[in-house]
Amino acid sequence: MRQKVMILMCSLAAVLLARNLYVILLSLPDEASQGAIYRIIFFHLPSWFTSFTAYFLAGVASILYLVKKNSVYDAFAVSVTEIGTVFTAIGLVTGMIWARVIWGVWWTWDPRLTWAFICWLIYVGYLMLRRAIEDPSARALNAAVLNIFSFTTVIITYKAIDWWRTQHPGPVLSFRTGGGRIESGMESMILWNWLALMLLSAVLVMIRMRQEQARREVDALRREVHAL
Amino acid sequence: MSAISVQGVWKYFGDFPALRDITFDVEPGACLALLGRNGAGKTTLLRVLAGLLRPARGTIAILGEDARRREAQRRIGILGHGIAIYDELTAYENLHLFGQLYGLRDPRGTAIEWLEKTGLDRVRNGLVREFSRGMRQRLAVARAFLHDPAVLLLDEPFTALDDRAIGTLQSLLREALAGGRTIITSTHQLREALDLATHVALINRGRLAYHGERTDEMLADPGWIYRNYGEA
Amino acid sequence: MRFLRQSLTIAAKDLRAEVRTKEAINASVSFALVILLLFSFAFDPSGDQIKEMSGGLLWLDFAFAGVLILNRSFARELTNDCLDALLASPVPGAALFLGKCLANLVLLLAVELISLPVFGVFYNVHWATQFWPLMLVVVLATWGLTVVGTMFSAMTVNLRLRELMLPTLIYPMIIPALMAAMQLTTVLLAGQPIGGADMLWLRLLVGFDIIFTALALTLVETVLIG
Repeated sequence: MRQKVMILMCSLAAVLLARNLYVILLSLPDEASQGAIYRIIFFHLPSWFTSFTAYFLAGVASILYLVKKNSVYDAFAVSVTEIGTVFTAIGLVTGMIWARVIWGVWWTWDPRLTWAFICWLIYVGYLMLRRAIEDPSARALNAAVLNIFSFTTVIITYKAIDWWRTQHPGPVLSFRTGGGRIESGMESMILWNWLALMLLSAVLVMIRMRQEQARREVDALRREVHAL
Repeated sequence: MSAISVQGVWKYFGDFPALRDITFDVEPGACLALLGRNGAGKTTLLRVLAGLLRPARGTIAILGEDARRREAQRRIGILGHGIAIYDELTAYENLHLFGQLYGLRDPRGTAIEWLEKTGLDRVRNGLVREFSRGMRQRLAVARAFLHDPAVLLLDEPFTALDDRAIGTLQSLLREALAGGRTIITSTHQLREALDLATHVALINRGRLAYHGERTDEMLADPGWIYRNYGEA
Repeated sequence: MRFLRQSLTIAAKDLRAEVRTKEAINASVSFALVILLLFSFAFDPSGDQIKEMSGGLLWLDFAFAGVLILNRSFARELTNDCLDALLASPVPGAALFLGKCLANLVLLLAVELISLPVFGVFYNVHWATQFWPLMLVVVLATWGLTVVGTMFSAMTVNLRLRELMLPTLIYPMIIPALMAAMQLTTVLLAGQPIGGADMLWLRLLVGFDIIFTALALTLVETVLIG
């Protein structure tokens, strides 16, 4: 049953992505001031949305784990954080490509890019901590606590960077059409692509959770054998 | 009311059950020798009793109080693998510190009293770092007994003790038992422990394989229990 | 209250041990001075830019040197299994944590108050003009750093790679506090009081401290007792 759901979602995601790519590359017109490169926004923004959703869900799962102590929440938290980290990286790379084309530089301390990099470092730290703790129960507990701290600081830093930028103004990587608003066709495409990425993420999370569960079983069996 | 009451305790490390459905009672004034091979779960059980680990399931009561409550922890003294005293503090400072942490009315006086009892009075202002091994062990015993605990949890206390220290510890334990205290001690040194023990329990792969009074047969033949209740 | 008294007992114990050995504080002060020296090669020490960077440089210095002390915080309890004795005692995990935070705060402030005049001399900065506001900012930001660092010290106490993990975890987490501290300190070192726009940063600092102290006090018991 689970297998069927996964295959279904995967197919949906594939179909959606294929259709979106077609529309993005072939039927939407060029944007007024930026030319063809603006199309990267259809992966740049949805990657952000997906990764932030992932971080939020990881935070919720971590709190649930501390309350209920059910290992499913822990498996979900790590799976979803990994997804978040990957999509943050994609967001960073697409942002850098965009910046290179628009301004000629690979990196700029644009508030969004800066914040994304901080998020990436924070959650890579989370993944590193998990790797460093061997006992699964201690790993889940400490990781859950770290995740709660991480999400709190992610939110605070978001605001803080905005304030920093008002005092240290710099370039902002954002999307402007001639009229200063996003055309509805483009807006809906951003949302469609987000849906595709979310479907893909859901499949990946399910696979990863199954792997995490298997790992726990293997670990328990290994201890059992050692005790003999 | 039992001194220690363990009901249906399970402890997992990940999915591995280190303790499975442990249930037993220890009456006040009893001395329970906790036996079992390495990795059987003795240390885990003692840590759970001491409040250092939380069981996944089950309850533990120390003299009627839930073991996780502070009141219960006030009545427990522990002596583990590590001696749990600070090298950078003096003997007196160590005991005074723990006296304060346990909320004693007169930490100063009690500390001095125990320094005298363990023969460390003359070195009370010496740094523990400079003590000999025997002196450190005696100070550790003082720390464990300082707050007059009703229950003592000892994890292999006789390991690596010299004869003088073994003698001191044994007489202190006998004195404690005579005063109505309760002791659980895990051990590999069957002889020393069985000598003192009124009851015996065997942990085998996380389960309580045996729990009963210590008989004279056990004293004469300490290996008996492993042979009969050890591996299936 | 008993909670506070227990925390102070723990804090006193940590400070007494540290004053006797001086291991962590010596290493930290030396490191802080070395960093100030290295900065002089990275930037032109006599230039006007130093005025703009002063807050940033100072807090980088404090953060790097401070982590050396924070690293030791729970690690020092591992010798002789002292941590077990503390956790088995009636002292709540939160009181143990608070006591260690207080001790760390004192130690970090000591390192910072030694580094500050040296910084002033090396980079020709008149740091004492806005003395009390500066002290307020230093204490608030150091508390933020201490709370997060002590918490992570508790989390990583049993790990082999503790010294490597702790810096990786701490720095990104305290960025808001560092940003606020840097901004406010640059203003204060230039002799200006904290004005309208900068009050925002002060509020951020206070908010950061409150939020993370509350989180840490709530969660530390979970981390210490598995």
